[in-house]
Amino acid sequence: MSDSAAHQREDDPDAEPASGPADADGPGAADPAGEENRPDGEPTEVSTGAESVVAALEAAGAETAFGVQGGAIMPVYDALYGSSIRHLTMAHEQGAAHAADAYGVVTGEPGLCLATSGPGATNLVTGIADADMDSDAMLALTGQVPTEFVGNDAFQETDTVGVTRPVTKHNYFAGDADSVGDVVGEAFALSKVGRPGPTLVDLPKDVTLDDTDESPGEAAAPAGTDPDPYAREDAVEAAARAIEDADRPLCLFGGGVIKGEASDVAREFARTYEIPVTTTMPGIGSFPEDDELSLSWAGMHGTGYANMAITHTDCLIAVGTRFDDRLTGGIDTFAPEAEVVHVDIDPAEISKNVYADYPLIGDAGTVLEQLNEAIHEAPDADEWRERCQEWKETYPMTYSTPDDEPLKPQFVVEAFDEATDDDTIVTTGVGQHQMWASQFWTYTEPRTWVSSHGLGTMGYGVPAAVGARVAADAMGEPDRDVVCFDGDGSFLMTMQELSVAVREDLDVTIAVLNNEYIGMVRQWQDAFFEGRHMASDYNWMPEFDKLAEAFGALGIRVDGYDEVAPAVEEALAYDGPAVIDFHVDPEENVLPMVPSGGANGRFALTEDQL
Amino acid sequence: MSSEDASGEERASGEGRSGMPGPAPDERPQPEGRRNLEGHRIDPVVEAEHDSRRAVISALVEDEPGVLARVSGLVSRRQFNIESLTVGPTTVEGHSRITMVVEETDPGIDQIEKQMAKLKPVISVGEVSGSAVTSELVLLKVHGEEPDKVHAIAEMYDGEALDAGPETITVQLTGDESKIDDAIDAFDQFGIIEIARTGQTALARGNIPTAPGEKPGTAGEPTTPNTQ
Repeated sequence: MSDSAAHQREDDPDAEPASGPADADGPGAADPAGEENRPDGEPTEVSTGAESVVAALEAAGAETAFGVQGGAIMPVYDALYGSSIRHLTMAHEQGAAHAADAYGVVTGEPGLCLATSGPGATNLVTGIADADMDSDAMLALTGQVPTEFVGNDAFQETDTVGVTRPVTKHNYFAGDADSVGDVVGEAFALSKVGRPGPTLVDLPKDVTLDDTDESPGEAAAPAGTDPDPYAREDAVEAAARAIEDADRPLCLFGGGVIKGEASDVAREFARTYEIPVTTTMPGIGSFPEDDELSLSWAGMHGTGYANMAITHTDCLIAVGTRFDDRLTGGIDTFAPEAEVVHVDIDPAEISKNVYADYPLIGDAGTVLEQLNEAIHEAPDADEWRERCQEWKETYPMTYSTPDDEPLKPQFVVEAFDEATDDDTIVTTGVGQHQMWASQFWTYTEPRTWVSSHGLGTMGYGVPAAVGARVAADAMGEPDRDVVCFDGDGSFLMTMQELSVAVREDLDVTIAVLNNEYIGMVRQWQDAFFEGRHMASDYNWMPEFDKLAEAFGALGIRVDGYDEVAPAVEEALAYDGPAVIDFHVDPEENVLPMVPSGGANGRFALTEDQL
Repeated sequence: MSSEDASGEERASGEGRSGMPGPAPDERPQPEGRRNLEGHRIDPVVEAEHDSRRAVISALVEDEPGVLARVSGLVSRRQFNIESLTVGPTTVEGHSRITMVVEETDPGIDQIEKQMAKLKPVISVGEVSGSAVTSELVLLKVHGEEPDKVHAIAEMYDGEALDAGPETITVQLTGDESKIDDAIDAFDQFGIIEIARTGQTALARGNIPTAPGEKPGTAGEPTTPNTQ
């Protein structure tokens, strides 16, 4: 482990961003600031391209890597031998990418994943695309066939830069050993400046094997990529007046609030002006859901009260959200009477999906502080706040537990929430279980909800739990619980990563909400396809508790309510990976639900309202 | 919290299987307002829906491998309607200019500019103002049975025959789009065998920078007349 190397860069991760690229005078040029960032204060001496790659990673503060070995990446792995970077060998490259993604979500620093050329690289693609859709900082390093073979359809050759171009913030093909360290450093830095996103460096084997004595210079994002954090003053003033004049103001905090480390500022903002708050799914944890002002999250399976509020607000203060269709439902009925104040670091998100009456381009926390300065009186919204509270009572998030029906999945989520602390990290796959995990768990802290939102990647949960556990340990927080809620379908897609959890002795608890369906598809088939369960009904699933035992993990099977609490307690107390196979009601539906493209205010509360 | 508590908790009650309490959708108040497809509030009217129009987008880019693929991939992925795309070097080493003609609504044009600006190799990008100088080069191969008439029409459009044989004549034409379209109509009488068009390229008139924000010398050195 690499505690000494870890935190040295913390005070200046984004220092001198756009001014001058560090490579202006070549990587070997004297650069005191750069040297200061290195663990030992001296530029690491290197003799090959691969060593330069690892030196760049160490200098950038990378502590952990997730990956899978293979021919073309072997020189980089060889250089990792003896490095301060902890490497976890994953079962599959997709798992490496998801683990790195989750590691980045939990730590706030880019996750790092490695794979070889060809299938190694293509297996990463799902995880990279997932990170891209969720704006997660991540660096992927892929091996490539030697430069002289590129383009000849060599063994394990794929045009990785071409394949990943649409799903990366930027990607690079490393051209030579002398510059490869700088390229890797730049890619790492670029992934986290401005709107974060995954970057990739493709590393031909001859480049990493070649001799070089060029140590990488100080890692810096390319000129012009680190945006101004401040919004224009006149725009801030105009937005402030709109907020002051609002009768029905509503905050909508997105994932950008968390990525921008703006949760504290956002909380203070909402509380100062007593503005009710709803979040997007990626924004879960930006505002405590147990706060009176919280309406939980809005969208397709959001709470009824959040969707009522977003439908009736006259001033939507949206921060760090890209107005995904799962949030907005039909655009025609989205916040149809609201003036929209849109704070975002990415100008391309302004008026992309929803027109911004008051566009504020800048960093979430910085702009909220600017607004704080500019707002002189809180909006007069007593009546509105009362309405929001009434909606909470009118549309409570409940579920029934009749004796003649099987165990309800929501009960399992609540049982875990009650048995764990607020700092517990929840990861999920994608589907019904994900919705229940987000609905029936009360999130209060940022970076505790780790899920696949934009891409909706089934199978995200288990590798994400591995990444989250390693992240918490690396942050010196080994006592935090990591709970993965997974579906049976999702679990079956990436359960091989359980082998990593066992091998590395990672304390994670995996709760499979097993309904032997691709449950969300089954729910849609019931609602929109007259109940024809085509290819959604597994009818049979392996015995996950036995599988867990075969992996060397703790395995428990739960069928009834009475078994839930003891199983939860045993699994959480177990020092190592545990899997609980909860056999839950296969017919349970996720509600409320806004049908795709429908009006948020017309969410269905029962299946027959769909 | 101990596990015994969890099992003993009061279980929330609902309205029966697969349901939550509360008024049905039709029983809830719904606002009157609406947004159009571009996310504008229609009530009060912010703006009517936009018609699409032609726009010339000019971008200065770093001439690195893959830059054209990044730009064209962006255009296709986001389903922008593009009519032509040209690329060529500038007088600054390592910088190229990309000129695109697109047919989009104003918000669509805005999106193209913003999305292109996010690409790392893009130095500056923007719409060339309407008074820009635009031109296109076309090569036309027509049947050669009536060479005199072909040459006459080529002359009418300031064209030039680059290759003339007993069976075919190849003509070069340059000009703005309407002139090219007229010329092609005129040559149609001979039977056009093949055609190759470069697509529009453009520069802003006068002192206006072509790609907004473009600094003097970013695309051309020297910026003062070379008198040697």
